[in-house]
Amino acid sequence: MSGHSTYQPQNKALQWLEKRLPIGGLIHSSFVAYPTPRNLNYLWTFGGILSFMLGVQIVTGIVLAMHYTPNVDLAFKSVEGIMRDVNYGWLLRYLHANGASMFFLAVYIHMFRGIYYGSYKEPREVLWILGVIIYLLMMATGFMGYVLVWGQMSFWAATVITNLFSAIPGVGDAIVTWLWGGYAVGNPTLNRFFSLHYLLPFVIAGVVVLHVWALHVAGQNNPTGIEPKSDKDTVPFTPYATIKDGFFIAVFMILLAWFVFYIPNYLIHPDNYIPANPAVTPAEIVPEWYYLPFYAILRSIPDKLLGVIALFSSILILAFLPWLDTSRVRSGRYRPLFKQFFWLWVIACIGLGWLGSKPPEGIYVVLSRLFTLYYFGFFLVVLPLLGIFERTKPVPNSISESVLSAKH
Amino acid sequence: MTLKRIIIAAVLAGSFGVAMAPAMAQVHQVAPPRQTWSFAGPFGKYDQAQLQRGFKIYKDVCSACHSIDMLAFRNLADPGGPGYSEAQVAALASEYKIKDLNDKGEPIERNGRPADYFPPPFPNALAAAAANGVAPPDMSTLAKARGYTRGFPWFVFDMFTQYQELGPDYIDALLQGYKDAPKGFNVPSGGHYNEYFPGHVIAMPPPLSDGQVTYDDGAPQTVAQYSRDVAAFLMWVSEPHLDARKRIGFQVMIFLIVFAGLMYFTKKKVWSSVH
Repeated sequence: MSGHSTYQPQNKALQWLEKRLPIGGLIHSSFVAYPTPRNLNYLWTFGGILSFMLGVQIVTGIVLAMHYTPNVDLAFKSVEGIMRDVNYGWLLRYLHANGASMFFLAVYIHMFRGIYYGSYKEPREVLWILGVIIYLLMMATGFMGYVLVWGQMSFWAATVITNLFSAIPGVGDAIVTWLWGGYAVGNPTLNRFFSLHYLLPFVIAGVVVLHVWALHVAGQNNPTGIEPKSDKDTVPFTPYATIKDGFFIAVFMILLAWFVFYIPNYLIHPDNYIPANPAVTPAEIVPEWYYLPFYAILRSIPDKLLGVIALFSSILILAFLPWLDTSRVRSGRYRPLFKQFFWLWVIACIGLGWLGSKPPEGIYVVLSRLFTLYYFGFFLVVLPLLGIFERTKPVPNSISESVLSAKH
Repeated sequence: MTLKRIIIAAVLAGSFGVAMAPAMAQVHQVAPPRQTWSFAGPFGKYDQAQLQRGFKIYKDVCSACHSIDMLAFRNLADPGGPGYSEAQVAALASEYKIKDLNDKGEPIERNGRPADYFPPPFPNALAAAAANGVAPPDMSTLAKARGYTRGFPWFVFDMFTQYQELGPDYIDALLQGYKDAPKGFNVPSGGHYNEYFPGHVIAMPPPLSDGQVTYDDGAPQTVAQYSRDVAAFLMWVSEPHLDARKRIGFQVMIFLIVFAGLMYFTKKKVWSSVH
């Protein structure tokens, strides 16, 4: 997307178009000639996987919306109607529900990869922040989509999450009423969630374009964390990256298909097959698995307002990562201490996820607090200090040198 | 849903936070024993005879109190279901009285047609609750709406072993789980002790007894058999396209594995000049 394109179409019609709208050149320079580091591992295919998943979600979602009814008395039945009476409706709905989970799985791998290899560091700060924005939009979209089913968990998750805003001093209750469009989660809430759930994926798609644009300006990071220096360090995007991405998208689809066809309800709480009932509180209210770490952070803090602040900080802190990490070495590969702290942090994230599904009592609270402390400590203490105290390993001179030395 | 209820619910929800915590772990649930089901696993299929027996249990026993709103008579002839013929379904539907309007707009009752849904035993949830203490749950999605906590590490294994039959296992166990309450356990009036119901006190009296329903196919007429059959039937009602899902799933898997394999070798060929 930068510089002059070398794209010269042979076809007369394409030449005509290219003079008026150089879209062919744009595609060519972004997805064909675009130089990509030759040493990318499979973790770098998750960008492609995520684009693919966004496409799956939008396509299945548009068709589902043709059959769905956003009304408190009809929503649950319309979802079940899709499962029963729409041709392959069960497939669309299970693809969409499990697709959301796989989308989050892919985004988490994508984010862990970015953190491990220092992909947020100069000159990729804006690229990283755009990614954090996409992630935030994904969380909002996923949450609202979950509410649309209008089962017990949908309703109570909506109630719990919107109530978080009531912790804001002074205006909290007014904000919650405004979010609900009434004095409780009800039909206006469901209607606006449906509207926003349809809107936000296209906003995500827009930010993805910016994300890819920023990526193609700064160039991809790579496992060594050093910039390509010559043509020997890179290969053209097509065919090299396209075939590699394509292969791993196919592998990822096997995982998605496993869930869709064999265990479609594994990730769905049974209570969400009970129609929403404002008069009956479920025995436990748990969010979808991809929010559990943040839910654990929220509940680990006894004060509601502080808990909510911790919850939002735990996500927003990611946006400051480029400045919190003071190390001049980008890739975790050459940072022996960082590596250990990083994996501890991954364990803390997964641990918080597990604790989010447990009742907040006894040992679970203690563990939640420990992991929460480490989660923030990693960003606020470990990363700033590591840059000063860590003795990093020597970094290779170039990507091709690192590739060649790995072979011997 | 009255305004008062909404307000109460909102207040309850507003107290979310640490206050919610103690309520969560109190309900004790015993894990039901695992059963083998014809519809389990990657090649699972419903057993037609079992679905027919299960339907008979629903029709003769459950339907006295439980509605099944999303099941239409025509569904009983759908592929992957109990496999009744269209004539059988039409005959069955005509046994039911369906509330409708005549062409003058007056309320009437007419004979059921295959396109009709099973009429509910009570006109509304309040009437159902008044007659039973609590409203018996609708059975359309019941088998997917019930489960139990597997706990670590079992829930991890379940992903690979494809254990998805928590609902039928629970329903099967519950129907056979009526026992005398242990000494010191106080069962409130209107409640019944059940080993597998969360908290052990269930409003539903024991619904099944040996020999209660006559089977035509020689299957044993025991509570154990009834429970198994009706649990399988309810699974079909919850997941009517399971047979098609698993069949198509296998085709998709074969395709994806071959496709991914071809992509892998293409990738290897393309990259061979670089590595």
